[in-house]
Amino acid sequence: MNYYLNHLKELEAESIFVLREVAAKFRNPVLLFSGGKDSILMAHLAMKAFFPARIPFAFLHVDTGHNFPETITYRDELVARLGARLEVAHVQEAIDKGQIVEEKGYHASRNLLQTFVLLDALEKGKYDAALGGGRRDEEKARAKERFFSHRDEFGQWDPKNQRPELWNLFNARMHPGEHFRVFPISNWTELDVWQYLAAEEVPLPSLYFAHKRLVFERDGLILADSPYILKKPEERAEERLIRCRTIGDITCTGLWESDAASIADIIREVATARKTERGGRADDKRSDTAMEDRKKEGYF
Amino acid sequence: MSTELLRFTTAGSVDDGKSTLIGRLLYDSKSIFEDQYEAIAATSLRRGEEGVNLALLTDGLKAEREQGITIDVAYRYFATPKRKFIIADTPGHIQYTRNMVTGASTANVALVLIDARQGIVEQTRRHAFIASLLQIPHLVVCINKMDLVDYSQEVYQTIKDEFSGFSGKLDVKDIHFIPISALKGDNVVDSSVNMPWYKGGTLMYYLENVHIGSDQNFIDTRFPIQQVIRPYNDDYHDYRGYAGRVAGGILKKGDEVMLLPSGFTTRIAKIETFDGEQETAFPPMSVTVLLEDDFDLGRGDMIVRPNNQPVVSQDIDLMVCWFNERPLQLRGKYLLMHTTQELRCMVTEVHYKLDINTLHRNLDDKTIGMNDIARITIRCTKAIFVDAYRKNRNTGSLILVDEHTNETIAAGMIIA
Repeated sequence: MNYYLNHLKELEAESIFVLREVAAKFRNPVLLFSGGKDSILMAHLAMKAFFPARIPFAFLHVDTGHNFPETITYRDELVARLGARLEVAHVQEAIDKGQIVEEKGYHASRNLLQTFVLLDALEKGKYDAALGGGRRDEEKARAKERFFSHRDEFGQWDPKNQRPELWNLFNARMHPGEHFRVFPISNWTELDVWQYLAAEEVPLPSLYFAHKRLVFERDGLILADSPYILKKPEERAEERLIRCRTIGDITCTGLWESDAASIADIIREVATARKTERGGRADDKRSDTAMEDRKKEGYF
Repeated sequence: MSTELLRFTTAGSVDDGKSTLIGRLLYDSKSIFEDQYEAIAATSLRRGEEGVNLALLTDGLKAEREQGITIDVAYRYFATPKRKFIIADTPGHIQYTRNMVTGASTANVALVLIDARQGIVEQTRRHAFIASLLQIPHLVVCINKMDLVDYSQEVYQTIKDEFSGFSGKLDVKDIHFIPISALKGDNVVDSSVNMPWYKGGTLMYYLENVHIGSDQNFIDTRFPIQQVIRPYNDDYHDYRGYAGRVAGGILKKGDEVMLLPSGFTTRIAKIETFDGEQETAFPPMSVTVLLEDDFDLGRGDMIVRPNNQPVVSQDIDLMVCWFNERPLQLRGKYLLMHTTQELRCMVTEVHYKLDINTLHRNLDDKTIGMNDIARITIRCTKAIFVDAYRKNRNTGSLILVDEHTNETIAAGMIIA
């Protein structure tokens, strides 16, 4: 008898362990759900971790209002299938109330505005832990993130003063008003996620597969033609065969020319890709430390 | 798909070529992407550096890049068709001992780098000692910069002999030596043509083939309960499952088991996962165990075998690595986290402080401050179920937390 787990099963076991620790250690955790593959993976792992009981926490979607319509359809179907409770925090509402001000111009995005809405929703819901699908291989600031990441009363991350995290012992202690971000899939890579979703036959949003869409190019990125992005006079929309490698707000999700029609095609594409998945994210391109800066403020 | 997961740790300072080595492993396994490479190339150019500084790949935080040093543990990922690798990349300077300890806590392999021109230095001893203290099962010593000593077998042999002499005092089971040049690529991924006298494999060959199947403890059955799963619905009316991750040994359906702390015995009725019933469960599987009889078990309790029990004690002897600016307080009370237990303890004795460079036991100076390593005794508010850390890293490890600041202030390796 060989007592051996392959790397996907070992990653799964680790993530399930972390999800169960969250359920045991926090009073009121919530799972941040964006509709992207990482949060789909998180939802799937949570279903497995607590089976046959239901997932013991709600899903929270911070909705910029600038979505691909496919994302919302998929989200609602998934929540119904899992019997989960969904809460939606709307960026539009905060704008209407005058709590935040919308960016203007060609590069306007609601990406940064999400941080306010997220922190507000966590406070209102009295959530003490927010489960995120962040992975350490995504971005250099994330490479130093803990599984259990402590946030102060302003929701801020202090990268220079993180708690040491040893073995599988997670320190979830906090003062009133503080909260934690927890990243159960820290050790997964983009390829691991796809291999696992394929092996588990998890249904995926159509956006990840090649489809024809009206798009235009800006600064080397392919963006979707949408009423939420102001095109410059010289920018012309044309139909191309593309797919999403990450799914975010429509204004900052770069699309990739691809003919990957199945998950096997995607795995082949990812395994040989020469650019990182976040290479198409306009939000990361704002500066060399854009992710670190946003994370300090309390971004996902 | 039969890819194994191997976790290894590296420690080193700016000059010993660690970043170059990691850069080469990532680059040669095609794990560096074009946009990452372009970004660091642009930064190198802007800072007026010669060539592309691969160290920028591994230094993530703003402060680190400004100061050109690694402060924190950074995790890196790469894969070959045989294995997926997780690198815990840590700084090597003594003031970052706590980061090295953190990176070492989950590693299968410790990679120690030696500059062939310098030979064994204080830092080498420190890294080797931490690997032994944290019981990393395999140690691979890379004697680097061989290109700068004319690929000399003599230099390699001298360093190897000296290291072997020194490591005899350590508790390391498996040591392997490889002469490399990270910069030129000798024996990293491809065999060196410059060192025909070296008959062993490359570093990548070692990482892909070192036997890690026995790194877990498959003998002493330990199942710490994380939580009780009770669905409360009609389909699973009387369902009562104990969720947890196997911390040692093997669980089998039908096995007679003992429940701690009660000492009651029963049998395993079923081992379940979402994917169906399992005949056996072993580390590091996450499963749900159902028992034949109804007991009031909960988080912090442990399922073991009646003929193989852990030490059940209130008084624990351990080695600690101190993480906090506030020194250890004798008679001080701390919060203790061990497996799925959380309780209070008091430090009742400090036996000695260990000099991690000389391994000298200091019996006079018992002030335990940041990055110090010491042997202490603690008394817990109730008995906990432990094994020696040497025997089981899961049930032999603990952390101490300051109840007022909530900071993690120490890592503990249980002696018994």
